Amino acid sequence: MVRLSLEELYKEVILDHYRAPRNKGRLDPHDVALERNNPLCGDEIELFVKFAGDDVEGIAFEGKGCSISQASASMMTEKVQGLPAKDAQLVAESIKRMMAGEEEGDVETLGDLISLKGVVKYPVRIKCALLGWNTLLEALEEGGKTSS
Amino acid sequence: MSMDVDVIRKDFPIFETPANGKPLTYLDSASSSQKPRQVIDRIVRFYETENANVHRGAYQLSEMATAAYEGAREACGRWIGSPSRNIIFTRGTTESINAVRFTWANQNVGAGDEVLVTEMEHHSNLIPWQLLTQEKGATLRHLPIDDEGLLRMDLLGEYITERTKLVALPLMSNVLGTINPVAEVAAAAHAAGAKVVVDAAQAAPHIKVDVAELDCDFLAYSSHKMCGPTGAGVLYGRIELLEEMPPFMGGGEMIREVWADRATWNEVPFKFEAGTMNIAQAVGMGAAVEYLEALGEDAIRDHEVRLTKYAMGRLEETGAIIYGPKDVSKRGGVVSFNLDDVHPHDLSTIVDQHGVCIRAGHHCAQPLMRRLGVPATARASFYVYNDERDVDVLIDAMAEAKGWFA
Ligand SMILES: Cc1ncc(COP(=O)(O)O)c(C=O)c1O
Repeated sequence: MVRLSLEELYKEVILDHYRAPRNKGRLDPHDVALERNNPLCGDEIELFVKFAGDDVEGIAFEGKGCSISQASASMMTEKVQGLPAKDAQLVAESIKRMMAGEEEGDVETLGDLISLKGVVKYPVRIKCALLGWNTLLEALEEGGKTSS
Repeated sequence: MSMDVDVIRKDFPIFETPANGKPLTYLDSASSSQKPRQVIDRIVRFYETENANVHRGAYQLSEMATAAYEGAREACGRWIGSPSRNIIFTRGTTESINAVRFTWANQNVGAGDEVLVTEMEHHSNLIPWQLLTQEKGATLRHLPIDDEGLLRMDLLGEYITERTKLVALPLMSNVLGTINPVAEVAAAAHAAGAKVVVDAAQAAPHIKVDVAELDCDFLAYSSHKMCGPTGAGVLYGRIELLEEMPPFMGGGEMIREVWADRATWNEVPFKFEAGTMNIAQAVGMGAAVEYLEALGEDAIRDHEVRLTKYAMGRLEETGAIIYGPKDVSKRGGVVSFNLDDVHPHDLSTIVDQHGVCIRAGHHCAQPLMRRLGVPATARASFYVYNDERDVDVLIDAMAEAKGWFA
């Protein structure tokens, strides 16, 4: 994969979701609502998840913070909406491994999300990018939908 | 005497190394300053020619090390208008403040008493007092600031009561830049029988600090923010208090005589310096004082006032919101701001591509961020090696960030 410059990362990946976040707002009714933040930067998100059986039927978020944290959360909701919970978990774990530099990132699993890899070059921003994903994993666990 | 930044910059080897392929534009000295060759060389010379433990060996090398260490104490006292006897070496401001907590405050603050801080505290002058008051069943109060970031001196009478035992405040805020009227606060505190702890971490590197003029009881500052190495700092204390206070940490060097079950203490200030100290760092801190003395306190202040005025003007042109006093005579060279929709973290990452280092975040002052109603700010801070060109590079880089987000 071609490495993105910071400008490309922002212009081609981040800013679209930052300006027009998908699934932004509350989701009612929901099965799980979780508020998490990055104390170091003050990024915040509140995630709402509704399950239908073992599927993520609905997902939405509220939040404020830097563009990477909010855009990544938006991309996350777009990706996992309608997925079986166990697939959502696989995607989230795959993103985390990619961000930790443990794997290259699998295009099959991640699709467009692979572009988030551009953030790896900016180590202090990785936790911004992971805020939504970590919150998702916690929400799946709280909903009793995680498998190990 | 005005300062020649081109000459000064040559003293700082860090500027020879590019940042992200660009010349380094270092605007984060409030966090930690860069080090001049004079200080680096002094530390190297200490290790290469004078190194031994201090106050111990009856041999010439140890005497040389002791002379270097005590010479540094002299310089660090001189920098704040104090004899060297009142100067205790610590690891930095944080340790100095905690030393007061575990000694004087531990003995003198009890249930029902009050400790007063301000709404603009750095966590290192807040958490120790939270811990102390929680442990003692005392009350922690916060003197409010106004919307310009100045202390509400009109409320001082309400906040200092006969129950107030301690007032702890910064001489200069690391977020707002505000220079506080510490002497006035100290007068009110003393009239009520309270003692005063001054956090001079931001002030000591940049403005004239005189413990007699401030009339404070304790004062803390750090080496690493004033051209010195990390791992060194100072606690100044009024001599009567230091004499009466219990030791901070126990161990070697701080004792006079030791029996199996008890001990007596060494004289002040050694009573508060347990174990082998950061000797080379203290020597480096002394060299930093000498470096700054040669530049001149007044020249440093004049330079920073001019630069801060310029920076605030240029930042205003970008539409940024600037926090803290508008009047540069009431503030230091620390400028916190927010730029429209560009989050401080995005801004910091983007300007970094241009070799510009600014701070983004809560600056270890979360209660102050809440008071300002923002989760974070960007912050540019200046020192002797900065000038208008650094501000221009920042402003150009900000314009790019703004463009991306437009
Ligand atoms: C106002 C203020 N107080 C205290 C500190 C803590 O200093 P140190 O980390 O050197 O102990 C700082 C440094 O960031 C500061 O700006």
